[in-house]
Amino acid sequence: MEIKADTDVCIGAGMCALTAPEVFDQSEEEGTVVVLVSPVPEGQEALVRRAVQQCPSGAISV
Amino acid sequence: MTTFPMRRQRPLDPPDEFGVLREQGSMHRMTYPDGHEGWLVTGYGAARAILADNRFSNRTELQHQAIPARAAIAEQFKAQMPDTNRQPGMFLRMDPPEHTRFRKLLTGQFTVRRMKGLEPRIAEITEERLDTMTAPADLVEDFALPIPSLVICELLGVPYEDRETFQRDSATLLSLDGDVGSLIAAYQDLAGYLYGLIAKKRAQPDEALLSGLLDLEDDELLGVAFLLLIAGHETTANMLGLGTFALLTNPAQLALMRDDPSAVDNGVEELLRYLTIIHAGPGRAALEDVEIDGHQIKAGETVTISLPSANRDPAHFEAPDRLDLTRSATGHLTFGHGIHQCLGQQLARIEMRIAFPALLRRFPGLRLACAPSEVPMRSDMAIYGVHRLPVTW
Repeated sequence: MEIKADTDVCIGAGMCALTAPEVFDQSEEEGTVVVLVSPVPEGQEALVRRAVQQCPSGAISV
Repeated sequence: MTTFPMRRQRPLDPPDEFGVLREQGSMHRMTYPDGHEGWLVTGYGAARAILADNRFSNRTELQHQAIPARAAIAEQFKAQMPDTNRQPGMFLRMDPPEHTRFRKLLTGQFTVRRMKGLEPRIAEITEERLDTMTAPADLVEDFALPIPSLVICELLGVPYEDRETFQRDSATLLSLDGDVGSLIAAYQDLAGYLYGLIAKKRAQPDEALLSGLLDLEDDELLGVAFLLLIAGHETTANMLGLGTFALLTNPAQLALMRDDPSAVDNGVEELLRYLTIIHAGPGRAALEDVEIDGHQIKAGETVTISLPSANRDPAHFEAPDRLDLTRSATGHLTFGHGIHQCLGQQLARIEMRIAFPALLRRFPGLRLACAPSEVPMRSDMAIYGVHRLPVTW
Protein backbone atom coordinates (compact mmCIF):
# COMPACT_ATOMS: atom_id res chain seq x y z
CA MET A 1 0.00 0.00 0.00
CA GLU A 2 1.60 3.25 -1.20
CA ILE A 3 0.70 6.64 0.30
CA LYS A 4 0.20 9.79 -1.74
CA ALA A 5 0.34 13.09 0.14
CA ASP A 6 -0.28 16.59 -1.20
CA THR A 7 1.20 19.31 1.02
CA ASP A 8 -0.48 22.05 -1.03
CA VAL A 9 -3.90 20.68 -0.12
CA CYS A 10 -2.92 19.83 3.48
CA ILE A 11 -4.18 22.25 6.15
CA GLY A 12 -2.10 20.82 9.00
CA ALA A 13 -4.97 19.64 11.18
CA GLY A 14 -2.79 16.75 12.35
CA MET A 15 -5.41 14.00 12.15
CA CYS A 16 -2.99 11.68 10.32
CA ALA A 17 -0.17 12.19 12.83
CA LEU A 18 -2.66 11.65 15.66
CA THR A 19 -4.18 8.51 14.13
CA ALA A 20 -1.10 6.76 12.68
CA PRO A 21 1.96 8.37 14.31
CA GLU A 22 4.30 5.66 13.06
CA VAL A 23 3.49 6.52 9.46
CA PHE A 24 2.70 10.25 9.46
CA ASP A 25 4.31 13.30 10.98
CA GLN A 26 3.96 17.06 10.42
CA SER A 27 6.67 19.38 9.13
CA GLU A 28 8.26 21.69 11.69
CA GLU A 29 7.67 24.87 9.71
CA GLU A 30 4.22 24.59 8.11
CA GLY A 31 2.76 21.65 10.01
CA THR A 32 1.86 19.91 6.78
CA VAL A 33 1.90 16.15 6.27
CA VAL A 34 5.17 14.21 6.19
CA VAL A 35 5.03 10.54 5.21
CA LEU A 36 7.58 8.73 7.38
CA VAL A 37 7.37 5.38 5.64
CA SER A 38 5.81 4.18 2.39
CA PRO A 39 4.80 1.53 1.44
CA VAL A 40 2.80 1.14 4.64
CA PRO A 41 4.41 -1.38 7.05
CA GLU A 42 2.50 -4.53 7.90
CA GLY A 43 -0.02 -4.06 10.69
CA GLN A 44 -0.42 -0.33 10.02
CA GLU A 45 -2.84 -0.60 7.08
CA ALA A 46 -6.02 -0.19 9.11
CA LEU A 47 -4.69 2.89 10.94
CA VAL A 48 -3.54 4.44 7.68
CA ARG A 49 -6.95 3.85 6.09
CA ARG A 50 -8.56 5.50 9.10
CA ALA A 51 -6.15 8.44 8.80
CA VAL A 52 -7.10 8.87 5.14
CA GLN A 53 -10.78 8.77 6.08
CA GLN A 54 -10.20 11.32 8.87
CA CYS A 55 -8.18 13.83 6.85
CA PRO A 56 -10.29 17.01 6.68
CA SER A 57 -8.76 18.33 3.46
CA GLY A 58 -8.35 15.13 1.43
CA ALA A 59 -4.58 15.60 1.30
CA ILE A 60 -3.65 11.93 1.72
CA SER A 61 -4.70 8.84 -0.20
CA VAL A 62 -3.59 5.22 -0.61
CA MET B 1 -40.52 25.28 6.19
CA THR B 2 -38.58 25.01 9.35
CA THR B 3 -36.66 27.59 11.37
CA PHE B 4 -33.47 26.88 13.33
CA PRO B 5 -34.36 24.78 16.43
CA MET B 6 -32.81 26.24 19.60
CA ARG B 7 -34.95 25.06 22.53
CA ARG B 8 -33.58 21.98 24.26
CA GLN B 9 -35.82 19.60 26.17
CA ARG B 10 -32.86 18.14 28.12
CA PRO B 11 -29.63 20.01 28.89
CA LEU B 12 -27.26 17.44 27.39
CA ASP B 13 -29.23 16.62 24.24
CA PRO B 14 -29.78 18.76 21.14
CA PRO B 15 -33.38 19.95 20.61
CA ASP B 16 -35.66 16.95 19.82
CA GLU B 17 -36.75 18.68 16.62
CA PHE B 18 -33.42 17.77 15.02
CA GLY B 19 -34.12 14.07 15.49
CA VAL B 20 -37.57 14.44 13.94
CA LEU B 21 -36.11 16.32 10.95
CA ARG B 22 -33.23 13.87 10.53
CA GLU B 23 -35.69 10.99 10.17
CA GLN B 24 -37.21 12.83 7.20
CA GLY B 25 -33.88 13.49 5.50
CA SER B 26 -30.43 14.99 5.82
CA MET B 27 -31.29 18.46 4.41
CA HIS B 28 -34.31 20.68 4.85
CA ARG B 29 -35.49 23.98 3.42
CA MET B 30 -35.22 26.60 6.16
CA THR B 31 -36.55 30.15 6.44
CA TYR B 32 -34.01 32.57 7.89
CA PRO B 33 -35.07 35.47 10.14
CA ASP B 34 -34.50 37.94 7.26
CA GLY B 35 -36.77 35.92 4.96
CA HIS B 36 -33.99 34.15 3.03
CA GLU B 37 -34.90 30.63 2.02
CA GLY B 38 -31.87 28.42 2.57
CA TRP B 39 -31.09 25.05 4.08
CA LEU B 40 -30.73 23.29 7.41
CA VAL B 41 -28.40 20.28 7.43
CA THR B 42 -29.15 17.63 10.05
CA GLY B 43 -27.50 14.49 8.63
CA TYR B 44 -23.89 13.41 9.18
CA GLY B 45 -23.06 12.60 5.56
CA ALA B 46 -24.39 15.84 4.11
CA ALA B 47 -22.76 17.92 6.85
CA ARG B 48 -19.38 16.32 6.23
CA ALA B 49 -19.70 16.68 2.46
CA ILE B 50 -20.57 20.39 2.61
CA LEU B 51 -17.80 21.22 5.11
CA ALA B 52 -15.25 19.56 2.81
CA ASP B 53 -16.55 21.25 -0.35
CA ASN B 54 -14.83 24.52 -1.36
CA ARG B 55 -17.83 25.48 -3.51
CA PHE B 56 -19.26 26.60 -0.18
CA SER B 57 -17.86 29.83 1.24
CA ASN B 58 -17.34 30.72 4.88
CA ARG B 59 -17.34 34.48 4.23
CA THR B 60 -19.67 36.20 6.68
CA GLU B 61 -20.94 38.78 4.24
CA LEU B 62 -22.26 36.08 1.88
CA GLN B 63 -24.26 34.34 4.59
CA HIS B 64 -27.65 34.85 6.17
CA GLN B 65 -27.83 34.59 9.95
CA ALA B 66 -29.90 31.62 11.19
CA ILE B 67 -30.36 32.49 14.87
CA PRO B 68 -33.29 34.93 15.27
CA ALA B 69 -31.90 36.92 18.24
CA ARG B 70 -28.53 37.17 16.55
CA ALA B 71 -29.89 38.16 13.13
CA ALA B 72 -31.22 41.59 14.14
CA ILE B 73 -28.03 42.42 16.03
CA ALA B 74 -25.83 41.24 13.15
CA GLU B 75 -27.62 43.65 10.80
CA GLN B 76 -27.16 46.61 13.14
CA PHE B 77 -23.56 45.67 13.86
CA LYS B 78 -22.82 45.49 10.13
CA ALA B 79 -24.42 48.90 9.55
CA GLN B 80 -22.57 50.59 12.39
CA MET B 81 -19.22 48.82 12.01
CA PRO B 82 -18.78 48.39 8.23
CA ASP B 83 -15.00 47.90 8.57
CA THR B 84 -15.42 44.69 10.55
CA ASN B 85 -17.34 43.01 7.75
CA ARG B 86 -14.18 41.69 6.15
CA GLN B 87 -11.66 41.95 8.89
CA PRO B 88 -8.08 41.32 7.77
CA GLY B 89 -6.56 38.32 9.53
CA MET B 90 -9.90 36.78 10.56
CA PHE B 91 -8.95 33.75 8.48
CA LEU B 92 -11.82 31.57 9.70
CA ARG B 93 -14.03 33.84 7.59
CA MET B 94 -11.89 33.62 4.44
CA ASP B 95 -11.87 31.29 1.45
CA PRO B 96 -8.75 30.05 -0.36
CA PRO B 97 -6.30 31.38 -1.37
CA GLU B 98 -6.54 34.16 1.27
CA HIS B 99 -7.32 31.62 3.97
CA THR B 100 -4.43 29.39 2.95
CA ARG B 101 -1.85 32.11 3.52
CA PHE B 102 -2.86 32.64 7.16
CA ARG B 103 -3.52 29.01 7.95
CA LYS B 104 -0.07 27.97 6.71
CA LEU B 105 1.54 30.64 8.89
CA LEU B 106 -0.06 29.06 11.94
CA THR B 107 -0.32 25.30 11.43
CA GLY B 108 3.33 24.73 12.31
CA GLN B 109 2.59 26.14 15.77
CA PHE B 110 -0.21 23.65 16.52
CA THR B 111 1.16 20.29 15.36
CA VAL B 112 0.55 17.08 17.29
CA ARG B 113 4.22 16.99 18.29
CA ARG B 114 4.41 20.59 19.43
CA MET B 115 1.24 20.23 21.48
CA LYS B 116 2.62 17.06 23.09
CA GLY B 117 5.59 19.16 24.15
CA LEU B 118 3.20 21.33 26.18
CA GLU B 119 1.91 18.38 28.24
CA PRO B 120 4.19 18.89 31.27
CA ARG B 121 3.32 22.58 31.51
CA ILE B 122 -0.43 21.93 31.10
CA ALA B 123 -0.24 19.24 33.81
CA GLU B 124 1.53 21.72 36.08
CA ILE B 125 -1.08 24.42 35.45
CA THR B 126 -3.83 21.89 36.17
CA GLU B 127 -2.29 20.75 39.45
CA GLU B 128 -1.80 24.37 40.55
CA ARG B 129 -5.48 25.09 39.93
CA LEU B 130 -6.52 21.96 41.84
CA ASP B 131 -4.30 23.04 44.78
CA THR B 132 -6.20 26.32 45.11
CA MET B 133 -9.71 24.83 45.03
CA THR B 134 -11.84 24.64 48.18
CA ALA B 135 -15.33 23.13 48.52
CA PRO B 136 -17.90 24.26 47.58
CA ALA B 137 -16.70 25.67 44.29
CA ASP B 138 -17.88 26.92 40.93
CA LEU B 139 -16.03 24.55 38.65
CA VAL B 140 -16.22 26.99 35.74
CA GLU B 141 -14.59 29.88 37.56
CA ASP B 142 -12.05 27.82 39.49
CA PHE B 143 -11.05 25.18 36.95
CA ALA B 144 -12.69 25.03 33.51
CA LEU B 145 -12.03 28.65 32.51
CA PRO B 146 -8.60 29.32 34.09
CA ILE B 147 -6.80 26.27 32.64
CA PRO B 148 -7.33 26.97 28.92
CA SER B 149 -7.00 30.71 29.55
CA LEU B 150 -3.60 30.25 31.20
CA VAL B 151 -2.47 27.90 28.44
CA ILE B 152 -3.51 30.12 25.52
CA CYS B 153 -2.03 33.20 27.25
CA GLU B 154 1.35 31.50 27.55
CA LEU B 155 1.18 30.18 24.01
CA LEU B 156 0.24 33.52 22.43
CA GLY B 157 2.20 35.75 24.77
CA VAL B 158 -0.81 37.49 26.34
CA PRO B 159 -0.32 38.48 30.02
CA TYR B 160 -2.71 36.41 32.15
CA GLU B 161 -3.21 39.43 34.44
CA ASP B 162 -5.21 40.93 31.55
CA ARG B 163 -7.70 38.06 31.52
CA GLU B 164 -10.58 40.08 32.92
CA THR B 165 -10.65 42.19 29.76
CA PHE B 166 -10.58 39.37 27.24
CA GLN B 167 -12.79 36.98 29.20
CA ARG B 168 -15.46 39.63 29.66
CA ASP B 169 -15.30 40.83 26.06
CA SER B 170 -15.34 37.28 24.67
CA ALA B 171 -18.41 36.48 26.74
CA THR B 172 -20.22 39.52 25.33
CA LEU B 173 -19.17 38.80 21.74
CA LEU B 174 -20.35 35.18 21.98
CA SER B 175 -23.72 36.05 23.49
CA LEU B 176 -26.63 35.27 21.17
CA ASP B 177 -29.06 37.78 22.63
CA GLY B 178 -27.01 40.78 23.79
CA ASP B 179 -27.74 44.27 22.44
CA VAL B 180 -25.73 45.84 19.66
CA GLY B 181 -24.34 48.61 21.88
CA SER B 182 -22.60 46.19 24.24
CA LEU B 183 -21.43 44.08 21.31
CA ILE B 184 -19.73 47.07 19.69
CA ALA B 185 -18.28 48.20 23.02
CA ALA B 186 -16.82 44.73 23.65
CA TYR B 187 -15.41 44.55 20.14
CA GLN B 188 -13.75 47.96 20.44
CA ASP B 189 -12.45 47.24 23.91
CA LEU B 190 -10.84 43.95 22.88
CA ALA B 191 -9.48 45.40 19.62
CA GLY B 192 -8.00 48.34 21.55
CA TYR B 193 -6.41 45.99 24.04
CA LEU B 194 -4.92 43.79 21.32
CA TYR B 195 -3.60 46.76 19.29
CA GLY B 196 -1.82 47.87 22.46
CA LEU B 197 -0.41 44.39 22.95
CA ILE B 198 0.78 44.23 19.32
CA ALA B 199 2.59 47.56 19.77
CA LYS B 200 4.31 46.13 22.85
CA LYS B 201 5.39 43.02 20.91
CA ARG B 202 6.82 45.19 18.12
CA ALA B 203 8.82 47.18 20.69
CA GLN B 204 9.87 44.11 22.65
CA PRO B 205 9.30 40.76 20.93
CA ASP B 206 9.22 37.61 23.07
CA GLU B 207 9.38 33.88 22.27
CA ALA B 208 5.60 33.39 22.12
CA LEU B 209 3.38 32.96 19.06
CA LEU B 210 2.20 36.53 18.40
CA SER B 211 5.77 37.84 18.31
CA GLY B 212 6.47 35.27 15.61
CA LEU B 213 3.86 36.92 13.38
CA LEU B 214 5.21 40.47 13.36
CA ASP B 215 5.68 40.33 9.58
CA LEU B 216 1.90 40.76 9.32
CA GLU B 217 0.23 44.18 9.18
CA ASP B 218 -1.25 45.35 12.50
CA ASP B 219 -4.82 44.87 11.20
CA GLU B 220 -4.04 41.32 10.10
CA LEU B 221 -2.34 40.46 13.35
CA LEU B 222 -5.33 41.86 15.22
CA GLY B 223 -7.67 39.49 13.36
CA VAL B 224 -5.43 36.50 14.07
CA ALA B 225 -5.02 37.40 17.75
CA PHE B 226 -8.75 38.01 18.15
CA LEU B 227 -9.59 34.62 16.73
CA LEU B 228 -6.92 32.61 18.54
CA LEU B 229 -7.54 34.23 21.90
CA ILE B 230 -11.32 33.74 21.87
CA ALA B 231 -11.31 30.31 20.22
CA GLY B 232 -8.37 29.27 22.40
CA HIS B 233 -10.06 29.64 25.74
CA GLU B 234 -13.86 29.67 25.34
CA THR B 235 -14.10 26.33 23.57
CA THR B 236 -12.02 24.14 25.86
CA ALA B 237 -13.38 25.96 28.92
CA ASN B 238 -16.90 25.00 27.93
CA MET B 239 -15.93 21.42 27.14
CA LEU B 240 -14.36 21.10 30.61
CA GLY B 241 -17.40 22.61 32.34
CA LEU B 242 -20.07 20.79 30.33
CA GLY B 243 -18.03 17.59 30.19
CA THR B 244 -17.76 17.49 33.99
CA PHE B 245 -21.52 18.06 34.24
CA ALA B 246 -22.12 15.19 31.81
CA LEU B 247 -19.81 12.88 33.77
CA LEU B 248 -21.36 13.81 37.12
CA THR B 249 -24.77 12.84 35.79
CA ASN B 250 -23.39 9.59 34.27
CA PRO B 251 -21.51 8.04 37.22
CA ALA B 252 -20.42 4.86 35.40
CA GLN B 253 -18.80 6.95 32.66
CA LEU B 254 -17.21 9.20 35.28
CA ALA B 255 -15.66 6.14 36.95
CA LEU B 256 -14.16 5.06 33.62
CA MET B 257 -12.58 8.48 33.02
CA ARG B 258 -11.22 8.54 36.58
CA ASP B 259 -10.03 4.96 37.01
CA ASP B 260 -9.05 3.67 33.57
CA PRO B 261 -6.16 5.57 31.94
CA SER B 262 -6.72 3.61 28.72
CA ALA B 263 -10.25 5.04 28.47
CA VAL B 264 -9.19 8.67 28.58
CA ASP B 265 -8.21 9.47 24.97
CA ASN B 266 -11.25 7.80 23.47
CA GLY B 267 -13.43 9.11 26.27
CA VAL B 268 -12.48 12.68 25.38
CA GLU B 269 -13.48 12.06 21.74
CA GLU B 270 -16.82 10.69 22.89
CA LEU B 271 -17.44 13.72 25.13
CA LEU B 272 -16.60 15.93 22.14
CA ARG B 273 -19.12 14.04 19.99
CA TYR B 274 -21.86 13.76 22.60
CA LEU B 275 -21.72 17.39 23.74
CA THR B 276 -20.85 19.20 20.45
CA ILE B 277 -20.63 22.67 21.99
CA ILE B 278 -20.69 24.56 18.65
CA HIS B 279 -24.47 24.36 18.53
CA ALA B 280 -25.54 27.41 16.49
CA GLY B 281 -24.03 26.82 13.07
CA PRO B 282 -21.62 26.87 11.26
CA GLY B 283 -23.07 28.33 8.10
CA ARG B 284 -21.80 28.29 4.54
CA ALA B 285 -22.88 30.10 1.35
CA ALA B 286 -23.03 28.25 -1.96
CA LEU B 287 -20.76 29.97 -4.50
CA GLU B 288 -22.33 28.00 -7.37
CA ASP B 289 -25.17 25.51 -7.88
CA VAL B 290 -24.29 22.32 -5.99
CA GLU B 291 -26.07 19.00 -5.58
CA ILE B 292 -25.76 17.35 -2.16
CA ASP B 293 -27.63 14.15 -1.26
CA GLY B 294 -30.04 14.69 -4.17
CA HIS B 295 -30.85 18.27 -3.16
CA GLN B 296 -30.20 21.18 -5.53
CA ILE B 297 -28.57 24.05 -3.65
CA LYS B 298 -28.57 27.24 -5.71
CA ALA B 299 -25.68 29.72 -5.84
CA GLY B 300 -26.14 32.35 -3.13
CA GLU B 301 -28.16 30.16 -0.79
CA THR B 302 -27.03 29.82 2.81
CA VAL B 303 -26.78 26.39 4.43
CA THR B 304 -26.68 26.08 8.20
CA ILE B 305 -25.15 22.89 9.52
CA SER B 306 -26.18 21.51 12.89
CA LEU B 307 -23.06 19.79 14.19
CA PRO B 308 -24.89 18.43 17.27
CA SER B 309 -27.46 16.82 14.97
CA ALA B 310 -24.81 15.37 12.64
CA ASN B 311 -22.97 13.91 15.63
CA ARG B 312 -26.20 12.22 16.81
CA ASP B 313 -27.01 10.73 13.42
CA PRO B 314 -27.85 7.03 13.97
CA ALA B 315 -26.77 6.35 10.38
CA HIS B 316 -23.19 7.01 11.52
CA PHE B 317 -23.09 6.43 15.30
CA GLU B 318 -24.90 3.50 16.89
CA ALA B 319 -27.27 4.48 19.73
CA PRO B 320 -26.01 8.07 19.34
CA ASP B 321 -27.91 9.48 22.32
CA ARG B 322 -25.97 7.30 24.75
CA LEU B 323 -22.78 8.68 26.31
CA ASP B 324 -20.39 5.74 26.07
CA LEU B 325 -16.71 6.48 26.64
CA THR B 326 -15.74 3.09 25.19
CA ARG B 327 -17.40 3.50 21.78
CA SER B 328 -15.51 4.65 18.71
CA ALA B 329 -16.39 8.31 18.26
CA THR B 330 -13.97 8.54 15.34
CA GLY B 331 -15.16 10.85 12.62
CA HIS B 332 -17.17 13.19 14.86
CA LEU B 333 -17.57 16.66 13.39
CA THR B 334 -17.13 18.66 16.59
CA PHE B 335 -13.96 20.33 15.31
CA GLY B 336 -15.58 20.77 11.90
CA HIS B 337 -14.25 19.24 8.69
CA GLY B 338 -12.59 20.58 5.55
CA ILE B 339 -10.12 23.43 5.34
CA HIS B 340 -11.50 25.28 8.38
CA GLN B 341 -11.26 22.33 10.73
CA CYS B 342 -10.18 23.59 14.14
CA LEU B 343 -6.59 24.78 14.16
CA GLY B 344 -6.24 24.25 17.92
CA GLN B 345 -7.84 20.80 18.12
CA GLN B 346 -4.64 19.01 19.17
CA LEU B 347 -4.18 21.52 21.98
CA ALA B 348 -7.80 21.09 23.07
CA ARG B 349 -7.40 17.30 23.12
CA ILE B 350 -4.30 17.45 25.30
CA GLU B 351 -5.88 19.94 27.71
CA MET B 352 -8.91 17.69 28.16
CA ARG B 353 -6.91 14.46 28.37
CA ILE B 354 -4.98 15.98 31.26
CA ALA B 355 -7.68 18.00 33.02
CA PHE B 356 -10.61 15.55 33.28
CA PRO B 357 -8.74 12.67 34.94
CA ALA B 358 -6.68 15.04 37.12
CA LEU B 359 -9.86 16.65 38.48
CA LEU B 360 -11.64 13.37 39.11
CA ARG B 361 -8.62 11.75 40.79
CA ARG B 362 -7.94 14.74 43.04
CA PHE B 363 -11.58 14.84 44.21
CA PRO B 364 -12.94 11.28 44.01
CA GLY B 365 -16.05 12.44 45.86
CA LEU B 366 -16.80 15.24 43.40
CA ARG B 367 -20.54 15.85 43.11
CA LEU B 368 -23.00 18.55 42.11
CA ALA B 369 -23.84 21.03 44.84
CA CYS B 370 -27.29 21.65 43.34
CA ALA B 371 -29.95 19.71 41.46
CA PRO B 372 -28.98 19.01 37.82
CA SER B 373 -32.01 21.04 36.72
CA GLU B 374 -30.63 24.09 38.54
CA VAL B 375 -27.37 24.20 36.57
CA PRO B 376 -27.57 27.33 34.36
CA MET B 377 -27.06 26.25 30.76
CA ARG B 378 -25.50 28.41 28.02
CA SER B 379 -28.46 28.20 25.65
CA ASP B 380 -27.99 31.93 25.05
CA MET B 381 -24.37 31.63 23.88
CA ALA B 382 -22.77 30.70 20.55
CA ILE B 383 -20.72 28.10 22.40
CA TYR B 384 -22.84 25.79 24.54
CA GLY B 385 -21.89 24.79 28.06
CA VAL B 386 -22.68 25.70 31.65
CA HIS B 387 -22.54 29.28 32.94
CA ARG B 388 -21.68 27.92 36.39
CA LEU B 389 -21.23 24.45 37.82
CA PRO B 390 -21.66 24.38 41.61
CA VAL B 391 -19.72 21.38 42.94
CA THR B 392 -18.52 20.02 46.25
CA TRP B 393 -16.56 16.95 47.40
